Amino acid sequence: MTEPLVRPKRKNPLKRTRLPLSPQGTRSRTAHGLTAAAAEGRFALQTCLDCGAVVYPPRDACPSCLSARLPFRDVANGGTLLAETTVQTSTDPYFRERMPWRVGAVKLDAGPIVVAHLHGDVVESGRVRLEFKLDRSGSAVAIALPEKDTQNMADDPHLREMTCDPKFRRVLITDGRSVVGQAMAKTFSDAGAGIVFVGLANVWKPFPGLDTLRKIERVEIIPLDITDTESVTEQAEQNGARIDIVVNTAEHVRAGGIVGRHGMTIAREEMDIRYFGLLRLAQAFGPVLRSRGADGVNSATAFVNLLSVHALMNWPEFGSYSAAEAACLSAAQCMRAELRPGGVKVVNVMFGPLDTEWFQTVPPPKVTPAALANAVIRALKQGVEDVFVGDVAEDVRARLAVNPKALEREMAG
Amino acid sequence: MASGMTRKPYDGVVACAPVTIPYRRYSTNSAQWWIGRALHALIKAAGLRPSDIDGFAASSFTIAPDTAVGLTQHFGLTPRWLDHIPFGGASGIVALRRAARAVQAGDAEIVACVGGDTNHVDSFRKTLSTFSRFAQDAVYPYGSGGANASFALITKNYMNRYGARREDFAKLCIAQRDNALSIPHAMMKRKLTLDEYMSARPIADPIHLFDCVMPCAGAEAFLVCREDIAKSLDLPAIRILSTVERHNAYPTDPIQVRGGWALDADELWSMAGLKPKDVDFVETYDDYPVIMMMQIEDTGFCKKGEGPDFVRTHSFTNEGTFPHNTSGGQLSVGQAGAGGGFLGLTEAMHQLIGKPIGTQVPDARIGLVSGFGMINYDRGLSSCAAVLARAA
Repeated sequence: MTEPLVRPKRKNPLKRTRLPLSPQGTRSRTAHGLTAAAAEGRFALQTCLDCGAVVYPPRDACPSCLSARLPFRDVANGGTLLAETTVQTSTDPYFRERMPWRVGAVKLDAGPIVVAHLHGDVVESGRVRLEFKLDRSGSAVAIALPEKDTQNMADDPHLREMTCDPKFRRVLITDGRSVVGQAMAKTFSDAGAGIVFVGLANVWKPFPGLDTLRKIERVEIIPLDITDTESVTEQAEQNGARIDIVVNTAEHVRAGGIVGRHGMTIAREEMDIRYFGLLRLAQAFGPVLRSRGADGVNSATAFVNLLSVHALMNWPEFGSYSAAEAACLSAAQCMRAELRPGGVKVVNVMFGPLDTEWFQTVPPPKVTPAALANAVIRALKQGVEDVFVGDVAEDVRARLAVNPKALEREMAG
Repeated sequence: MASGMTRKPYDGVVACAPVTIPYRRYSTNSAQWWIGRALHALIKAAGLRPSDIDGFAASSFTIAPDTAVGLTQHFGLTPRWLDHIPFGGASGIVALRRAARAVQAGDAEIVACVGGDTNHVDSFRKTLSTFSRFAQDAVYPYGSGGANASFALITKNYMNRYGARREDFAKLCIAQRDNALSIPHAMMKRKLTLDEYMSARPIADPIHLFDCVMPCAGAEAFLVCREDIAKSLDLPAIRILSTVERHNAYPTDPIQVRGGWALDADELWSMAGLKPKDVDFVETYDDYPVIMMMQIEDTGFCKKGEGPDFVRTHSFTNEGTFPHNTSGGQLSVGQAGAGGGFLGLTEAMHQLIGKPIGTQVPDARIGLVSGFGMINYDRGLSSCAAVLARAA
């Protein structure tokens, strides 16, 4: 059984903050097939299309029949832990300061032997389920988990290194005026977040839901206007060192395309709130998040981008909106590279049309704010980087993988 | 697919002039410097000029960005036969058998085989993290315990399966440490006691400190040539009775419990026309004690799983029963990178010639040397062995 985490005490301000380190993240290009699977929380291994062999470590030819047709396919993740060891001495500085570290050899039912990190609750000769996670270098690693969930299993120190579990962590919801922001605050509070900071521009301006928001446990309302660089900077100076997860809930949804729309006013607003808003947050909170990647139980761990799935493929009905979302997606890729040295994940949560006022005219299926919030929590607990929420998002992703051109043509109606 | 064709003996070819460049824990010199010292020692020992060397085989992990080709210009050699054999613990025997065939075929007359590496502060970590593609993709990110962690899993599994105890591994380590006490350049200079062994700090259980080699800088080398040339140079010669080599044997064993020797032992002994009991001493590759036990089993001294019992009933010192790793092996003298793959071979040659650096095994006429190398992912892939004899 895993020892439950203890709520961390207030940090001694005189104590030095340890600098974050990463395990080695270099992989062969083929091995990044595992990174792709881990980013989405799938368990995929190379599977030979000619002879059916399941292959690990990643190769460029099948060791049974020499075929080069070796795509990564989802496979069963059950296995048996054949032998384990506890590494006490490591040549790598990241592991050195986390010794001792258990690893073991897992024989997968699907065939191969996988050297894996071990959750504290797995035992030699016992059944395990293997998962690929992105470690703090951003590359995939395998971890063996107990076959069935155990008590407090998310608190296991090895596992918590690879996830962004909100338990005891302090989160900033950047905009509490939207229903999505409010749902997010409630869900993070329920997930055991230490403090839920909720940003509000023009705090004096009342809105429906404010009272409910104030009543949520551990919510702290703070003034934050993401269209105002000064406001964002001031908040980062005030609370930045106490924030471990940033969730950008700022939204700006307006129907309309590119050719048919007159003037720049709405487009400017879209870019100011979504793209420049993201940049302001990234510049103000990014450096302190990155520097606090190894700051104990409540270390900085994630920046969550809520993105329309139409960032991936323009939806002409909301064409200008889609373009602003695409700009945010591109910025998120850059942020990933820049926050990686701190082990801080940039989590892109891509959703289809939401069940909110702004998508009033759009037919179902739609994603409720609560479902979106739950998806965010699930993603953080799992430690994934790319999440697709709702049927529309899943549909776009699947069609994109098969034929992007067909998708583009069909989006035009 | 066995052809049924009988392999040609190594008639008329010998190994000679074993040299050892005394090891150092760390060196500010390059691998090229160490290999250069070994070549120099070879020509001095044999009374040759550099231009007499027309074949060259080099084994090293730390000569990057050079290959053996670059080394020829570096050392002013103009060989007509060249090989680069960075096969870790299999390097020496593989170099020997390739060189022997080259000489036998007339492709080269005098082949210098050199294994050596430098050890800078931090070169060990760099070697580990980039050792192989599979190590980079699937081993190093898991605690970065290096070979210690990989062999810990192999050792644990072997202990679970065959009932080996740490005391059994201790016996092998202690005996070969005794053998090392007369080696001046050994990294480990003190006797090892059972207490010290058992209470040593854990590295990756069941591997503890004295199960691990100490990385160091050094070089080992020998010459391969025709028997008549060795005679004309007045060099005591070693005959090669038999060799085997195998890579990636038993790939479907879930965890390594045997190496390629098990596949090739019959061939090894039949080519030599001998049986295991005919050898006077054995040099196994000793990166970790469990691998020594596997070599003792797989080369035919006992059956699979009987290793622990075999250890309990022999003494392993140079004067005792089953003289083994007679210079103390890498566990005592240190692991000079790929030089470690030559150590057993040069020591066996010293013993057979009758001029060991340390103590002489009484009546050493025939020796078995085995090599093991390259943990690519979860197991060592290369195995090899040679039966050597003093030329009459």
